[in-house]
Amino acid sequence: MSEFTFMYRGRELPESPEKMQKHMEKWRAWFKELESNGHIKDLGHALESSGKVVAGKQKVVSDGPYAEAKDVVGGYTLIEAKDLKHAAELAKGCPILEAGGSVEVRPVQQVSM
Amino acid sequence: MEPSDHLFRHESGRLVATLTRIFGVHNLTMAEDVVQDAFRRALEVWKFRGVPDNPSAWLMATAKNRAFDVLRRERTERTFAPELERSLHSEWTLVPAVEEAFGPNAIKDDLLRVMFSCCHPRLPEVAQVSLVLHILCGFSIDEVASAFVSSGAAIEKRIQRAKNVLARSKRLFDVTSPADFAVRLPAVHRALYLLFNEGYHGASSESTVRSELCEEAMRLLAILLQHPLGSTPTTYALTALMCLNSARLPARVDASGNLNNLFSQDRSLWDQTLVREGLKFLELSASGFDLSEYHVEAAIASMHATASRTEDTNWKEIVTLYDTLMAIRPSPVVALNRAIAIAQRDGPGRGLEEIRAIEGRDRLSAYPFYHAALGELEFRSGEYEAAREHFRAAISLARSSMEHRFLEQRVCACEESIRSFNA
Repeated sequence: MSEFTFMYRGRELPESPEKMQKHMEKWRAWFKELESNGHIKDLGHALESSGKVVAGKQKVVSDGPYAEAKDVVGGYTLIEAKDLKHAAELAKGCPILEAGGSVEVRPVQQVSM
Repeated sequence: MEPSDHLFRHESGRLVATLTRIFGVHNLTMAEDVVQDAFRRALEVWKFRGVPDNPSAWLMATAKNRAFDVLRRERTERTFAPELERSLHSEWTLVPAVEEAFGPNAIKDDLLRVMFSCCHPRLPEVAQVSLVLHILCGFSIDEVASAFVSSGAAIEKRIQRAKNVLARSKRLFDVTSPADFAVRLPAVHRALYLLFNEGYHGASSESTVRSELCEEAMRLLAILLQHPLGSTPTTYALTALMCLNSARLPARVDASGNLNNLFSQDRSLWDQTLVREGLKFLELSASGFDLSEYHVEAAIASMHATASRTEDTNWKEIVTLYDTLMAIRPSPVVALNRAIAIAQRDGPGRGLEEIRAIEGRDRLSAYPFYHAALGELEFRSGEYEAAREHFRAAISLARSSMEHRFLEQRVCACEESIRSFNA
């Protein structure tokens, strides 16, 4: 088993309370399924869309990152999967895809000593 | 834990009502934005952390915090609810004023305040119902549009216009004044009745949409019943009517999604708990001097609900009740129903005579059930070709595929009878 990070990009705004609830329930169901199949290493967190960016040798602190709505990282999860192909397959179940968002699947670098 | 069905939608109504009370009715959109924001946060946090033990309290606390932000940010630019205006401008009084508005008793009244405000006499009834659905039931514009089988753009315009009317009234309706309450109450009854009927007889072909509208009407009516000024005999009568009619909902559509009329329904599917509730409320409604149309309609519904077979129905009594209804609230539709009851009592020929004698009968010509009723009675009189023409006219007016299918089947029945007659 290898580790992967799922980064959820794009803001989801279902247009009614009913649809929001349905959408949230889909996320719960998806996580539950991943969990029961032993794929969740760490459920991770939702991230606020606002924050600060610290950059450069001068350590300039600015508001940001002000990514476009579709690129905002809204949360992340640590996943266990056989390989990258398998991890990407698992990401296909993510409800964010129905809301026009995307899942970035990144292998965690393995350090062999 | 799992959130209850429609939790977001129901909380939406409560929260928008409370925030509107604080922000003022002219800032309704601001209240809606705060609530939308609270739901967005819930979506983001709950999907990772799960639904908290008390989701309503979580949503309320989140909305309240957002409300404080908005009030602090906007208080130099905007005016809020006139009766709270002074408290909201000082940091000392802001917190207790908002906390109080979010208290459990205040919230119940806020729902009623908004309900009564939505039934503003300057708004057409259909706008009142749309507004109630949108604000208190948390239906989006598109969901209201699908309930009314209308376009989103048309509903958006209607709701925007209605909001403008509310905004001009500055204050939410005051539910503590018995005199004002009594004057506005009939309009509220009417709006809830129309909301229920939209679900029960409406044009939407999705039965889930329709039963939700019925449920919403009953939920709001239950809130009205809890208020001492709201629990009048007429409110009981309306509750009885809704219970007795919803009891029949499970039998209206069969397993393959086909409509069944009252005569062909499997009565064992009727919800007996709702029948008992309905009869209990009907009894409670029988006090005082007012005899409303809801009393009479509930009495008619109780006659159907207590007849275990169509043949056992007391049509004589039902005709008498329709006579009373014609005296209280005459309309061509009531007259049509009366004629159908007369046909049951005295035979199809008498029913057809009654239909032909309906005053303002031309107003029924766009109503599919009018043609269907004519078809049914001609069919029973053995006039199959005339019946077929009526059913075809009804098909051209059918509002859903379900109605369409039902009427097609009646046309087929006519054709079979014509063939066997000619054979």
